[in-house]
Amino acid sequence: MNLKHLAGACALGLTSFALSAPVASAFCGFYVAKADTDLFNDASKVVLVRDDERTVITMASDYRGDVNEFAMVIPVVDIPEREQINVANPALVDHLDEYTAPRLVEYYDENPCDARMWNAITVTGSRSAPMAMEVAEMAPEDLGVTIEAEYEVGEYDILILSAEESDGLITWLNQNEYRIPDGAEEVVGAYLKRGMKFFVAKVNLERHDGSSMLRPIQVAYEDEDFMLPIRLGTVNAEGKQELFVFAITRQGRVETTNYKTVKLPSNMDVPIFVKDEFGEFYKAMFEHQTEKENGKAVFMEYAWDMSWCDPCAANPLSRSELRELGVMWLDEGPQDDIQPMPRRPGIQPIPQPVDAFVTRLHVRYDGQTFPEDLNFQVTGDRENYQGRYVLRHPWRGDYGQCEEAGLYAENLVSRWDEEAKSLAKLTGWELDEIKQKMADGGFSASAVGVSAPKPKRKWWQRLWGN
Amino acid sequence: MGVRTHSYRLFKAINQDARHWQILALSGLFLISLTTSDFGARPKALLAAILGAMFAQAAGTVWLNARKARRQAKSGSHWRASSLQAGFVGWFADFQWKSALITSLSLSILLRANSAWFWLAAGFIAISAKFLIRYRGKHLFNPACIGIVVISLLAGNAAWVSPGQWGQAPLFIAFAIGFAALVLSSAKRLDIALGYLVGFAAMLFGRALYLGDPMAIPIHQLQSGALLVFAFFMITDPRSTPDSRIARLVFAFAVAAFAAWLGWEYHIRGAMLYALAGLALLTPLLDHLLPAKRFEWTSTKGKSHEPETPRGGVRPRPYIIRA
Repeated sequence: MNLKHLAGACALGLTSFALSAPVASAFCGFYVAKADTDLFNDASKVVLVRDDERTVITMASDYRGDVNEFAMVIPVVDIPEREQINVANPALVDHLDEYTAPRLVEYYDENPCDARMWNAITVTGSRSAPMAMEVAEMAPEDLGVTIEAEYEVGEYDILILSAEESDGLITWLNQNEYRIPDGAEEVVGAYLKRGMKFFVAKVNLERHDGSSMLRPIQVAYEDEDFMLPIRLGTVNAEGKQELFVFAITRQGRVETTNYKTVKLPSNMDVPIFVKDEFGEFYKAMFEHQTEKENGKAVFMEYAWDMSWCDPCAANPLSRSELRELGVMWLDEGPQDDIQPMPRRPGIQPIPQPVDAFVTRLHVRYDGQTFPEDLNFQVTGDRENYQGRYVLRHPWRGDYGQCEEAGLYAENLVSRWDEEAKSLAKLTGWELDEIKQKMADGGFSASAVGVSAPKPKRKWWQRLWGN
Repeated sequence: MGVRTHSYRLFKAINQDARHWQILALSGLFLISLTTSDFGARPKALLAAILGAMFAQAAGTVWLNARKARRQAKSGSHWRASSLQAGFVGWFADFQWKSALITSLSLSILLRANSAWFWLAAGFIAISAKFLIRYRGKHLFNPACIGIVVISLLAGNAAWVSPGQWGQAPLFIAFAIGFAALVLSSAKRLDIALGYLVGFAAMLFGRALYLGDPMAIPIHQLQSGALLVFAFFMITDPRSTPDSRIARLVFAFAVAAFAAWLGWEYHIRGAMLYALAGLALLTPLLDHLLPAKRFEWTSTKGKSHEPETPRGGVRPRPYIIRA
């Protein structure tokens, strides 16, 4: 049984985790089936709940391989006690992922001869992707390695290791079938010199229920440093790593302090065909935007008060779900200062509004573009932001019916032109190909009976109507 | 030829006062932050900071002028005191709007908050500290620095410093360095900026060597817009740094070491601002140990643009009475 590569490394202030990332070739197949959700292979999903120094990290894995081969190695600052470690329901992270996912909104044009109205109708969410973790087993310790603690939590066997030298620790880990990639000595050594311990977990087959789904591991800790160790994951990684961070705070948005945080472009009208390939669109857009920032930015995909959403890709998380994720302040202090949200169409308030603000960050990294671990800070910024893309379905009918209908058809053509341009700008796709695709779907001047794509009339031509 | 004369005159006019270059460079940085960052500087913030800073500057100026007038009246010099009777102009003599504007620009570039009130307050605190916390005629704290530190300590999460929001656009760095060099060559404070950068870089590289980190890490840490703004526009403030060159270098290294330590040990974001504010007392100490000629903003001889606070009752200064 081979332990695969370390894939992602997540660090906690008190901890850091190396989520092992599978070799692309080994695990690719697992993610192909779910076209709408598994957009990014090998993605890690980490939920960070932070209030002052109190932190709860939840590390989720979409690992569907042989559970024998799963392992996780994370640097941590302290030795956690048994009660600080928990195993969570994977549905929690999936729900949070759906709630914060970039979304498509559809609008339908009315008959232009009637009063014009836009109506918001449907919403589709696009979930992020799966992530994979790593593999392991264990043995004794004449290598300067100390087993500081040993826990059985859910299906996992967890060890907290300290070591004098990185060589000893790595040798020990390799002997115990934690396949540590070559070149990890430097990184492991740097963490050890900072006095960090290593949290390693693997699945105990006797306690595992046989399902292929592994539950996320949670750790609660206190540390002034708000960071996520990612460096272990960049060692020997083939290509870029994908990481989603969902940060939940009381105060507001979370941003990285040592990397630029950028908003993913949003609120644009895109051609209708994007609906059928929203996953492709989102991937291409993310790729293109990453390139524009030279691969060095952290993208913010969602920042919202957890009490509501508009439009909702999924319902906000309930209080009990939030509590399970580690939101520790819900039952503390006075509750009566929270006002219920006004009920508006399209907004789904949850029964009891909660004092929680979620930020979804999406990072594509490797050792070159992200040499350092991610450092975060909680800001007081509560401005809502979401990745939202708009489809406007045209009204189809006889465009000669009334004068408005004729104008509407002309207007449609220029609107489609704009949609094609903004899609090209977002994704870097070829403008001509987009236009061809739109024309094939009936979104072109000829399809609505407007003669040649008329040059836009000059302002003076429209002024007196001659 | 006409163009040449004009541009030369313009250059000369700007070059008259080192602060002109600072204002130009900071305005450029403000625009870059405004246009390239999703979480960058905002005009609203700048306006609020200007409002707060100018108000404090005006109040401080009037206070100093009133004090001067009173003192002159006491010492029997009716000749000079009469300037206050000139009214508005007299009361606002020596109104240092340029310094207040520089402080406001720095505040809007470095400080983030969820309400415009915080910039207003920061501007007010910054300039008030300049007038109120002085020692031997020099203010102790860099105004923008103390404004940011006080506000972020008081406001908790509602106000913060975003050191990472600059990205690493080489264009920006070239721009800042080019302009800053110009600024400093006329303010004669390039030594402290470079001293700080070299000191801070040495700390980062030293730590990377100790931890066995790849050099990419300290290099990444140095590519920060906030670091440049700090090194070129904040720690260089001639009014709150030591007068002698050696003392300035000592000061720069001390701030660099303290900033690095705060960042590593306490994980403080924007640690350099806290380090500069925390070490402000070093300046008078170093001035005492290594005295040198005091800096003046403009080259005009014999005219102090920054009104100096008298030393209270400690050691009354003789005033020249021209009769």
